[in-house]
Amino acid sequence: MFTRRTMLGALSAIAMLAATAGTAGAQDNYDIALISKGFQHQFWQAVKAGADKAAAEFGANVTFEGPESESQVDRQMDMLAAALSRNPDAIGFAALDSQAAVPLLQQAKDAGIPIIAFDSGVDSDIPLTTATTDNAAAAALAADKMAELIGGEGKVAVVAHDQTSRTGIDRVEGFVNRIAQAYPNIQVVTVQYGGGDQLQSTEITKSILLANPDLKGIFGANEGSAIGVANGKQELGSQIVVIGFDSGAAQKGMVQSGLMAGAITQNPVGIGYETVKAAIGALKGETLPPVIDTGFYYYDAANMADPEIAAVLYD
Amino acid sequence: MTDTLAPAAQKSGPRISGAFHRLLAFSGLIALVVVFSLASPNFMQTQNVLAILQATSVNGVLAIAATLVIITGGIDLSVGTLMTFCAVIAGVLLTYWGLPLPVGVVGAIIAGAVCGTISGTVVAKLKVPPFIATLGMMLILKGLSLVISGTRPIYFNDTPGFTQIAQGSLVGALIPALPIPNGVMILFAVALIAAFVLGKTALGRYTFALGSNEEAVRLSGVNIDRWKIAVYSTAGAICGVAGLLIASRLNSAQPALGQGYELDAIAAVVIGGTSLSGGRGTVLGTLIGALIISVLANGLRILSVAQEWQTVVTGTIIILAVYADILRRRAL
Repeated sequence: MFTRRTMLGALSAIAMLAATAGTAGAQDNYDIALISKGFQHQFWQAVKAGADKAAAEFGANVTFEGPESESQVDRQMDMLAAALSRNPDAIGFAALDSQAAVPLLQQAKDAGIPIIAFDSGVDSDIPLTTATTDNAAAAALAADKMAELIGGEGKVAVVAHDQTSRTGIDRVEGFVNRIAQAYPNIQVVTVQYGGGDQLQSTEITKSILLANPDLKGIFGANEGSAIGVANGKQELGSQIVVIGFDSGAAQKGMVQSGLMAGAITQNPVGIGYETVKAAIGALKGETLPPVIDTGFYYYDAANMADPEIAAVLYD
Repeated sequence: MTDTLAPAAQKSGPRISGAFHRLLAFSGLIALVVVFSLASPNFMQTQNVLAILQATSVNGVLAIAATLVIITGGIDLSVGTLMTFCAVIAGVLLTYWGLPLPVGVVGAIIAGAVCGTISGTVVAKLKVPPFIATLGMMLILKGLSLVISGTRPIYFNDTPGFTQIAQGSLVGALIPALPIPNGVMILFAVALIAAFVLGKTALGRYTFALGSNEEAVRLSGVNIDRWKIAVYSTAGAICGVAGLLIASRLNSAQPALGQGYELDAIAAVVIGGTSLSGGRGTVLGTLIGALIISVLANGLRILSVAQEWQTVVTGTIIILAVYADILRRRAL
């Protein structure tokens, strides 16, 4: 009696699996596996949308996977291992921890599978190229906008997320160097780090504002820092110019309300698109540049609704 | 051998029930393997089978720890972050303090046992329900891991041989055709020891007895608090082993990792036929449950199934597995 019912259960499970497997057929195109740092965040979904766009354009089958949170390094390794076993034509990879990935990347290299790094990339010489935002140039654009908005003179400050990550270093240096080179009358009085934490960045901002009553503006170097700076400005009722980085619903709202003058956005769609395009280029034997700049934009309340800008903003 | 792995069969109901359930979970695993092998030639390669086993090792060890606690009728939500905490302790001992490798290994396992003892004491002596006690412990350990590590990964680059704990292969050194990673052999070793403890020792007998009828055990004059604490301590020590495995695999202690891993461990336990109401369960079942989860994840990835649908299928399989278990018990 119960054997028949459990048999039925097992059969239906197999049928269901066979059905899902069936949809994954059609292997005449290039098969490219993208292993990202995340999956359900809007930023990563935008990267995925770009990858899908390139896949449709160039005729490739692209899969996109990433762990639930950016701490799950071992889950990302499992995904990379399964992708290798699938024996795809190429792999796109954004490492959560480059060191942990070295053995698997070596395996891919030995198997002759080209690797394209994307977003923050992979700290290794195995990837053929890295599709990423030129963070230094993006922060330099923030410096230009800051200079324009404060009238080319006065004191400014930077609140960044950290001094160890590649993005943290590049954005701070990009901003500070641009001010030093192009705007002799602007002085960067301090660079502080709040770990990308909104509350901590708020406290830092308040202490900077209290210490420098004549401050004209602050650059917040990532989403959490920028929101923290804007909150600090609001709590003290200050009138400084705030320029942020990235988007997200909260930051977009602050730009819209004018609390934040504007912000730099990366182009996650471009990151996904260029990664797949580079993978196909590698498979066709094209030479790739060491870094592919996927672009960035400055947005403010005036241009947020433009189709070009709206396409790269995410909630 | 089979008897040590199936103590539940002797404890609850006719002997055939446990044996049949193992058969059911096992045939489910075989069915999955057959389907994936037919669907993709890439599934049954040595390299992929090793990847599946490697992916099972950490969750399998955590699930064994969870099995012990669940058989007593309790639950341990802290297994994931305790694993991370133990990895961080190993990082402190080996990388920050530069102590030799064996000290780090023993230290991580002791840290696990101590934390387990604390959870067990809170449950047994303070009468805090296990769900709440281990939920609190989960958060405490998550926070402490971040505090101790300064929220940064601790790398083991200065400890040669540390990555060998999980990534090396002693079996492969003896039989080159069979490069089974040490992490997998450690999972099997932990499973054998846990099965022995459950089947052949007083601790095992009291683990089942606590889950079947705690009051009866107490009335027969047994110090139930002591045995309950012992079960949580043992589970904690096993989490210490998991901490070493994951740290060795990643060559680093990743302090932010761990939350959410307890759910995968509990899923493996219930797929393996251990009852969440306690008194019934096997280590072999849990091992098979953990394998089903990783075979499913790996197979769906090899077939290029979209990630959203992978999650849907995994959830469906968990419900089907437990429903099959209910049907089996109703039929008895």
